[in-house]
Order: sequence, then C-alpha cells, then structure tokens
Amino acid sequence: MKTVFLDHVRSKLALHELRGGEGRPLLVLHGLGEQSPSTVPMNLQQWAGPIFALDFTGHGASSVPLGGGYTCEALMSDADAALAEIGPLTLMGFGLGGYVGLLLFGSRPKEINGLIVSDGPGLDGGGGKPTSPQLLHVQPSDLDGSTPDPWALRELASDVRPPKYAADHLRQVNALAGFDTAIVVASLGRPEWLSAIIQSPVVIEADIATGLSTFSSP
Amino acid sequence: MTSPEVTAIRSSLPEAKRPERSRRVDVGGIEVSVVEWGQENDQPIVLAHGGFDFAGTWDLFAPLLANEGFRVVAWDQRGHGDSDVAALYTWEADIRDAAHVIESLETKDPVPVLGHSKGGGMMNQLAEVLPHRISAVINLDGIPNERGFSNQIDRSDVQALEAELADWLDHRRRAGHTSRRADTIEGLAERRQLMNPRLSKDWLRYLVTVGAKQDSDGWRWKIDPTLRFGPSGAWRPEWAIPRLRGLRVPYLGVIGTVKEEMGWDTTPEEAFPILPDGAEFHALAETGHFIHIERPDDTALLTADFLRRVL
Repeated sequence: MKTVFLDHVRSKLALHELRGGEGRPLLVLHGLGEQSPSTVPMNLQQWAGPIFALDFTGHGASSVPLGGGYTCEALMSDADAALAEIGPLTLMGFGLGGYVGLLLFGSRPKEINGLIVSDGPGLDGGGGKPTSPQLLHVQPSDLDGSTPDPWALRELASDVRPPKYAADHLRQVNALAGFDTAIVVASLGRPEWLSAIIQSPVVIEADIATGLSTFSSP
Repeated sequence: MTSPEVTAIRSSLPEAKRPERSRRVDVGGIEVSVVEWGQENDQPIVLAHGGFDFAGTWDLFAPLLANEGFRVVAWDQRGHGDSDVAALYTWEADIRDAAHVIESLETKDPVPVLGHSKGGGMMNQLAEVLPHRISAVINLDGIPNERGFSNQIDRSDVQALEAELADWLDHRRRAGHTSRRADTIEGLAERRQLMNPRLSKDWLRYLVTVGAKQDSDGWRWKIDPTLRFGPSGAWRPEWAIPRLRGLRVPYLGVIGTVKEEMGWDTTPEEAFPILPDGAEFHALAETGHFIHIERPDDTALLTADFLRRVL
C-alpha cells in the first residue's frame, strides 16, 4: 500500500493506493469513525482498475482538527481533494461515505461515472428532519489527537440530511451527466435521504458486485 | 503601537471606543478572543456579531450600553477578528463557542444575550439549548422567515447550483494556499462598502483599523481566508421558525425596514406570528441591516430600557 498526504485547506489527508494498475480508478470512502482498509477488501477484488481509499479529516492517518466543526460538506471537499489528485473515478461509499459520495457526485457529475452505496457506520446521520438542537460535548481528556476524532463521532451522527437536499444532488447528476445507471444501492439501510433517491430510474438496488461491474466499463 | 494614520482615522470617530479589557477563552482546542466594555461588577450582557463581522463592529454600540450600566461582553467568532482560525466551521460549533464564552463569565446566574444577523439566529438557538443560562434575548435583524436568506441561490436552478457547488469546492482546493488580498485602508473600506452600502466611510475606515492587520505589503482583513459565503449545506435558517415561539425568555426583536444585501429581510408581518409570547418588536424606519451601527443611541436605549424592565 502506498500513501500520499494531501495538503487540503488546514488538513493533511491520507490517500492510500490499495492497488495500482491501469483503467478506471475506484475511490473507497469509509464510514463514520472508520478508516481506510490497508488491503483491497474481498468484495472489491473484482474491480479491474486501481483502487484508492481516503481517510476523511479526523479519521485514520489524516490529521485531527482542533475544536470540531464537522459537516458532510467539509468531508465532500476532502473527497474532492482526492478527486483532484486521482482524476475521473468511480465512488464506493460505506455508511457516511455513501452520503458524502452522493454530495460529491452531485457537485462534480462530469468527473464521476457512478456511486455504490453500502452499509456502514454513519449511514443515517441525524435523520431527515431537524430535531431538538443540542449542545454537543466532548471530554477534554478524550481530545488527545488520536483518530477517530470524538467531535466527528458526535457531529456527524447528528447532522440533518433532508430528503430534498439529497434529491437535489441526484438531479444535478441527471441534468449534467445523464447516465443510464448512476447509483447502485447495495445497502440494507434506508435512511430518508436514500429513500428519496431510490425511485429514480438511474438508481438501482443491487449488490456491490453488480455495482462494480456496472461502473467498471469505460 | 498605533500608527499616525490609524490614530487620525480613529480620532475622526471619537464616539467609537475600543474595549477596556480583553482575554482569550479556550473553546475546546482553539481560543476565541473575548473583549469587554464597562464596569466588571455591572450586569453582564453577551453580544454575538454577524457573519463576516467581528467584535470591533460593536465599538459604537457597546460603549453606549456600558454607559447605561452594563458589563458588555463580546467575542470574535472562530476564524473572525482576533480569534484563532479553525480547520472546520459550522453553525453548531459557533453556538458551542458562545456557550464557552458565557461559561467564562464565572457566574451561574442566567445572562441576557444580544445578537445581530447570524449572531441573532445563534442566540435564538442558544436560548433553546441552554434555557437555564439565558435571561433575555435581543435579536437585531436575525429573525428567520420562510423564504430563507435573501442572497441564497434557487437550488432548483441546475446551472446556478452547479456553479455554486463547483465554485465552493474550487475555493477549498485553493484555500490552504491563499491569503486575503492586501490593499490600502481606503481600498479595504471601499470593498466593504459594497456589502455595507449604508454605512459611512468614516466608520468603514475605522473598521479597517480594528478588523484588518497591517502586513509589509498592505492591509488585510483578519478573517480566515478559507471562509466564504455559501453553500450553507443542508442547514436552513427557517428550521428555527417552529422553535422560536417556544422560547420562554423575555424577547426583544428589532429590524430595520430598508432591505439590504446582507439582511434577513423578514417583514413585521412575518415576524409577529412566530415570536415568543409577550415578545416586544420594533421595526425601525429608514434603517438597514446594521441597526446597531446606523442607530447606536436608539438601539442602546431600547436595549437598556427593555432589560431594566424584564431582568
């Protein structure tokens, strides 16, 4: 495994090349509190091209920011830094990484040809509607610079993910890129944001293997 | 050390006064700058500035409130003014920082808070999450409406949303390597006038001397260059509408009736039905978004009179 560190805004992001090679790259986005795998997972072995995995800010080997302030949009920008480094690619998102993947797909639809969403920590976030606001707290002794950052665990488990917001991002993909299939939903979980896009004709429900073969062709 | 140029600019606006005390407060790994005007044993009130402003924007209003017998406490939000920059910014983190500032007053008694624009919206939420720590809310043009912000894009417009999302990501790709543009005091004042068209040139020049720093190649706003407007993500100001009514603290809302780029544009007809029971509300004629800067005397008197009645 080769790792490069991307200097992005005020973070150092660890981008791991799990496997080199020719062809369309796959970028793996991990779930909340997780980190990139160190080798190609069994269920991704069939991917023909190179495989990369990104540690989000505050996760894995990436730097830990001070004072929290996490949003899925900031994580989308982390993934966009990887996109700038790698070039056009396919996204594979687990849990939180699936939602972040959708946000990035809707923002850079001409540089991404597909997204596979699978289960993982942080798939739901704080649900589809704002609920009682709360003052999140982290014990100062828990802020020792290790990953995962406790602020990430709290803030990204309570962020609101409105169905309409998710649907807007899928509409951007459709309007600007026009794929027959843009997203493969391989998760059992159906948070509101995912239910909001699943009826679209460019979203299909299938397993990861089907997703990989759908998006691997040039 | 203050240069003769800065001294001359500040002396042209003698009614503006720099804070009497300053300190730094740890908000969980970074520090924010907290400043105060007035006697230390007077009734405290905490002020929350608007987005892209800083505590120095209270330099006209705060001394007047201090003269009315208040210990006026303000802070620079993270990334603004003299506070530390952060790697990440959110509405929720700003509200957390506000709670740390209140904690730093070392009193268990609830305190009144006053917020302008974004700061007003923040104080609405703070009063909901810490009802036992807030004794009154004064909101200067930070009352939400169903239409959202006046300057937000129409998300149903594919091209507009494409441009906004790509511009923001492009900005983030560059942001770690850029600094704010250096300029003269006059140049920075002129640029700020575009966002603050109703404020006097004397005030804007003064603001540069407190909100910008002088480098070898000119003056730069202190605000973190990685910060910029939009996209605000999924968060919407109108989410606060159904919660506002539930606040059980004395509440004073003040808006100006002249629409402005930076304003929330909430009309009295929109504000009345959503304010808490018993709220007081004033719509000031011929006043724009920066109520406390355009009409510092009236705003200080309204605030002091309100607080004397309700505290």
